[in-house]
Amino acid sequence: MSAEIEEKLQSMDLQEEDPSLMFDLSMKKKKKKSKKTEEEPVEEAQESQDAAPADAAEEDPMAMFGEKKKKKKKVKVEDDAAVEGGEEAAADGESFDFGDMKKKKKKSKKVDFSAFEDGQDQEGEDGARDPDDPFAADDDEGARSSSKGADSEEGWIGSNRDYTYTELLSRVFKILRQNNPELAGEKKRYTIVPPSVMRDGNKKTVFANVADICKRMHRQPEHVIQFLFAELGTSGSIDGSQRLVIKGRFQQKQIEAVLRRYIVEYVTCKTCKSPDTILTKENRLFFLQCEACGSTRSVSAIKSGFQAQTGKRAAQRVKAAA
Amino acid sequence: MSDIQNLQSYDPFADLGDSKDTGDQQGYIHIRIQQRNGRKTLTTIQGLPSNFDKKRMLKIFKKDFACNGTLVEDEELGSVIQLQGDQRVKVLTLLTTEGGIDKKQVKIHGF
Ligand SMILES: [Zn+2]
Repeated sequence: MSAEIEEKLQSMDLQEEDPSLMFDLSMKKKKKKSKKTEEEPVEEAQESQDAAPADAAEEDPMAMFGEKKKKKKKVKVEDDAAVEGGEEAAADGESFDFGDMKKKKKKSKKVDFSAFEDGQDQEGEDGARDPDDPFAADDDEGARSSSKGADSEEGWIGSNRDYTYTELLSRVFKILRQNNPELAGEKKRYTIVPPSVMRDGNKKTVFANVADICKRMHRQPEHVIQFLFAELGTSGSIDGSQRLVIKGRFQQKQIEAVLRRYIVEYVTCKTCKSPDTILTKENRLFFLQCEACGSTRSVSAIKSGFQAQTGKRAAQRVKAAA
Repeated sequence: MSDIQNLQSYDPFADLGDSKDTGDQQGYIHIRIQQRNGRKTLTTIQGLPSNFDKKRMLKIFKKDFACNGTLVEDEELGSVIQLQGDQRVKVLTLLTTEGGIDKKQVKIHGF
């Protein structure tokens, strides 16, 4: 796969940068030399003027890309000027970076589950929905098409400026997605419907679509329910139509937060973030095996821990006596 | 003879059962919340290290959070601090700032 990408990149380079290609080679050679400076002090003396800034630029990956680009384009400029231009480009690259990162975040449709880990921290903020949210099942299409719109911009074509690394990268992925999408990592996103939670009278909560959610997570309902009860510090039962009745008053976002934690702990593969995992029990220990990458990790059994007595003490006494 | 390690019949891989990890669940401090009647809640802190003076901690908690609380002795889980209301975040910050406890040692449960 990587070989293919490389080929494509090279062919793209050829198409765009034909006139500067010859010069490009010589510049590359020069670069090699400047790398070797530590071993060859004689050459260092000759090239110290160029080598020092070039090395400095190499430390920063963005800077390096910036410089390479500049060198390709500025054909007939003197060395010193080229290096200076490189530094300029490095600065440019960094300032561009912020905007691009933001764009990238919006685009990153393939990252299924990383959202959950963030979700742990931002539990409290309910209104703001992350586009990667597996619970946001429906408005997915709109987001996808808008992200495509962002992809298609190749702003450098008409203008005088150079392309940035991130722009090229998104271009490669766009082409890759068009020609063979399976290589671009575009797979079906894992979605879970939001839990449908309603109040049952004054003291109970009904979680109607447990069965559906468990099926989507490929987990036994018993395991999920055990986790819910342990986390919420309560108990409950399943009614005739497969709905879970929980003692206590809970809101949808609260149940959702607990489900998110369940998914992080018991569903996603820690190695590749894939949700295609199997939970098995081997003499008292639970193991999570990933269907996608094959890795196995052990997960802790669900323990409800200490349960404080919250009911009426009189009722408890009657129960104990009986 | 007895100082030859190989001849000792101790099996390091033997299954020791659940005896250890039911006690403090792998050394974590668990902070949980439970609903009582109405809007009232209860916070429990389980698995505090044995060298902590729970009575003193309870006193500090009660005063700092302006809530009531009690110390419950559980046969399996040791002494558990109970506080009125949802004090989970406050307990966590106090434990990490004053108690010198790493945040990773603490597990907050609940909704
Ligand atoms: Zn995996």
